[in-house]
Order: sequence, then structure tokens, then C-alpha cells
Amino acid sequence: MSGALSGYLVFAWSGVLLFGLGLFGFVAHRHIVRRLLAFNIMGSGAFLVLVGLAQDGRGVDPVPHAMVITGIVVAVASTALALVVFRRWYRASGRTDLPEDT
Amino acid sequence: MIGLWSLPLLFALPLALGILSLLAVPAWRPRLIFVGLPLMAAASLDMLAGLVISGPQVYRLGDWIAPLGINLVADGLAVGMILITTLVTGLCALYARVYLRDHPPSTSFFWPLLWFLWTGMNGIWLAEDIFNLYVGLEVMGLAAVGMVALRATPPALAAAMRYLLAALLGSLAYLLGVALLYGAYGTLSMAGLQEAAAANATTQVALALIIVGLLLKTALFPLHAWLPPAHGGALTPVSALLSALVIKASFYILLRIWLVLGPEVTPDFTAGLLGVLGAGAVFYGGWMAWRQHHLKQLVAYSTVAQIGYLFLFFPLVTNTGPEAARLAWDGTLMMLFSHALAKAALFLSAGNLILAVGSPQISHLIGISRFRPMSLFSFGLAGVSLMGLPPSGGFTGKWLLLHSALLSGQWWWLIVLFLGGLLSAAYIFKVFRMSFREGPQIDRSVTPPLTLDMIALLLAASAILIGLTAHVPLHWLRVGMVFGAV
Repeated sequence: MSGALSGYLVFAWSGVLLFGLGLFGFVAHRHIVRRLLAFNIMGSGAFLVLVGLAQDGRGVDPVPHAMVITGIVVAVASTALALVVFRRWYRASGRTDLPEDT
Repeated sequence: MIGLWSLPLLFALPLALGILSLLAVPAWRPRLIFVGLPLMAAASLDMLAGLVISGPQVYRLGDWIAPLGINLVADGLAVGMILITTLVTGLCALYARVYLRDHPPSTSFFWPLLWFLWTGMNGIWLAEDIFNLYVGLEVMGLAAVGMVALRATPPALAAAMRYLLAALLGSLAYLLGVALLYGAYGTLSMAGLQEAAAANATTQVALALIIVGLLLKTALFPLHAWLPPAHGGALTPVSALLSALVIKASFYILLRIWLVLGPEVTPDFTAGLLGVLGAGAVFYGGWMAWRQHHLKQLVAYSTVAQIGYLFLFFPLVTNTGPEAARLAWDGTLMMLFSHALAKAALFLSAGNLILAVGSPQISHLIGISRFRPMSLFSFGLAGVSLMGLPPSGGFTGKWLLLHSALLSGQWWWLIVLFLGGLLSAAYIFKVFRMSFREGPQIDRSVTPPLTLDMIALLLAASAILIGLTAHVPLHWLRVGMVFGAV
């Protein structure tokens, strides 16, 4: 694993970092749109790990690319649905966050 | 060849019907079930015929070879899940057709969402690689969130939002785990992972991410906070579908992945920890269910409790010897199937009771036994299975788990089984005590359509019947699994 940071794994490690940053934002923020942004950063991190780990000299591997494209479609669809629900929620309650558990 | 033509149809068909019903005018959306349900039933039964005649089957979608192509596997467990999904979803659809008549036209979006939900679930039951499981989870999860939001009241929207955030977080943890596994082993198929995986740090981190993500989606205590508002606040047929089937999907994935990787890769305490969390769920969920004042919230917390039993599987199957492991497998699946039937019945009959008194409060049920004995009978019959009284499916499941626990020397899980049953009895009888009390509060009740009562009764009766004939489904569920040799 020596030289892992300098070599091909730099993308994968950046992905892990992004995932961690996104997770922090997701947990730390209460504003729903901020949490959605954080979710998208986490998603990008996971995608970067997927393509980053595949660059280890085994040649071009199309499978991670296919997975990432699928993943991006899923992330866009989820974000769209979340924004729709959020807009309805904002209009109905005037709040940008969720009420605490009772 | 029997079985193979119906395999891709099982998710191509609901997908097509979903798109079709999205394009249809609202009045026509419910009517599509009269085309869709018979076709789905035929395809599911054909899968069963295929399993009985020629055993477990593998289908290559579009004849592409893995890893670029997609393999679908129909073994005993997958076929069992397909059949229970068809039964419960079909009955919930028939229920919804009557139930939604008195709701605003916007709720007709229930129908496309129902078909998409079905697509996602069947995709999960049949998937053989961990990435398709992810896609299935997302299709199913997004449809489920849409269904929770259908009511469009502020509490329903908040519940949907909370559910969506939990589901998204869970899927991303799962996806990162998948990315790490693919990076380490260059394969996504379960069989390939089983061969290649070693107990190193990468695999353990990946598996930990996958397990935590799936626990969040299964709402295992203490990650259950999103479940009661979502399941308790949704429209009645939606609650039934979510509690009976949707949470089982993430558990099913966990089960599959555990059998492939779990015992070899995870540290020894993992299985025990999952069991302890399950025990926590049984106690906490049962206690909270007993404390609820809203009928459907009570049923939703009962789901939190019942999920707990499923997780006793992990300590009972790991390093316990073949006989105890087989009993644990049988018992867990019996719990899973009977809970699917009983919880759907419980939610639907609770919905009927709420329709009858016009209030979700348990305290408003006073005297209802005189007016709605049928709804109450279905509620009780489903309750019998949840409490684990003979001869129900819940009893058979607990009995098998109990034997497995004794055989493997883990007697402490017996406490969970017994106390859990007592807690279930406490919250079921809480409803009954109200219903049989004579009070001044109501002297009349609205009569819901007979269909609604009949469907709830049918599901509750199936939950009892599956216990009486348990050996037949259990035999076929073992086909193609490691527990196959008896």
C-alpha cells in the first residue's frame, strides 16, 4: 500500500474525503436544501471511489462507468423527488427544516 | 421452457404498466389492475412451476454475459418472495381501488407508484449482483417515498421527507460499500464475491458500510425513527405495503450478503451485535406500541418490534452447526412471511376500524365490537400471528427459532421470544379492551364496503394457514440455498 496516496488511488481517496465531507454536512445541517446538497456531494464521492479504484493498471474497465452513469441517474431522480417534496412541505408549513421527533 | 419467459416479465410488466397508468387519465388508472394483476399472478405461478419442475434457474438478460450483462437468479427464496409480493400487493391493490374512491383525485398517483414499487421489489428478489440490488432498492425506495407523500398533509410530507433522507443516506452507504468491494475484487456477483473475498480491512469496511446502510433502510432499532411516522401516517393500503413488503427488501439483501460474506469476513461479535439490536427492537418497539394513542401508530411500532425477530437469524446461523443454522433459516423465513401477511392484515383492518369510527384514536373505538365484529375479527386473527400463538405462522416461526436457540446453546434469545410475545399481546389487547368496553361515545358507525373487510380477513387467515402448512413453503424456500440438504 506504499505510495497509495501519490499513485492512482488519489482519486479514490478524494472520493472518500468528499463522502466524509458530505456526510458531515448531511448530519450537521438542518436546512433540507443544504442536506440535499450534502447528499449530492456524498454521491459524487462514492462515484469517484468507484471510478478511482478501477484505475489500477488493469486496463480500461467499462463496468464502473456504467455503474456511475446509473448512479448519477438515480441521484438526479432522488434529488428531484426530494425537491418536490421539500417545496410542498415548505408551502404547507413555512419551514425549511423538519420538526424534531416527538 | 417453463419459468424462463416469465422471469424478465416480472419486472418488465409492472414497469410498462406503471408508465401506462402514468399516461392514463386518473379514472382509468385503477382499472389497469384488472389487466395487470392476472398477468402478474400468471407470471409468478409460472416461476413456481419452473422451480418445482426444473429447480433454481439463472436467466441472462438479453443474452449478455456478466459482468456487462445482468444475471437474474430464481432460487427458492427468490420465488417465495415473488409469490408473497404478488399476493400481498395484489390484495392491497384491490383494497386500494375501493379505499381510494373517497379520496381526492390526486391520490390516483398511487397506481403508477404501486407498479414502480412492484418493479423495484421484483428486481431485488431476482438480482444476483450487488449493484442491481442497489438499483432495485432505489426504484422501490423512491416509489415508496412518493406513496407516503400522497396524502399531502404537512405531517405526511414531513414523514415522506424524513423517510427519503434516511433512505438516501442508507443507499449511499450501501453504494460506497459496493464501490469498495468492486475496487478490491473486480466483481459484483454474489458467487464471485464468495469465492474471492478475504477477511481484510477493505472487505470489512465495505461490509460495515453495506450493513449499516441496510439497517437504516430496514429501520432496525436504534435507526427506526423514520418508520412510525411514515408507516403510521400514510394511506392505509400504502402502510400495509410498506410494512409488509418494503422493509423486507433491505432485510432480504442483508440476508443474501450475509450468507455469502458474513461469517467468513466479519469479526466474531458482528452477528451477536445484530442479534442484540434485534432484541432491543423487540422490547423498544413493543413498549412504544403499547404506549401509542393512534391506532395506526401502534401498528407501525409493532412493525419496529417484529423486525427485531428477523435479526435473531444472524447469531443463530453463525458458527452454530448445520442443524441449528437450518432451524434458524426456517424460523426466520417463517417469521418474515407470516409477518408480511399478518401486518398487511393488521394495517388493513385497522384502516377499516378507523373508517368505521371516523377517528384514528384508539380511545374512540369504545363499543365498536357491536358494530364492526368482522374488522375486529381480522385484527385479532392477525394479532394472534404477531403474538405467536398456535397455530399461526408467527408461532411456527418462533418455535423454530426457539429450537435453534436451544440447539446452539444460546438460551438468552428465548427471553426475547417470550417477552416479545407478551408485549405484542399487551398492545393487541389494548385495542380489544377498548373495543369491547361499553361506553356512551358512539352509537353508530359508518359501514365500510364489504370488500375491504374481506381482503383484511383473507390476509389474516393466510397468516394462520401458513403456520398450519409450514413444511411446504419451507421445503421449497430451501431449494438452491446452502440449507438445501436436509
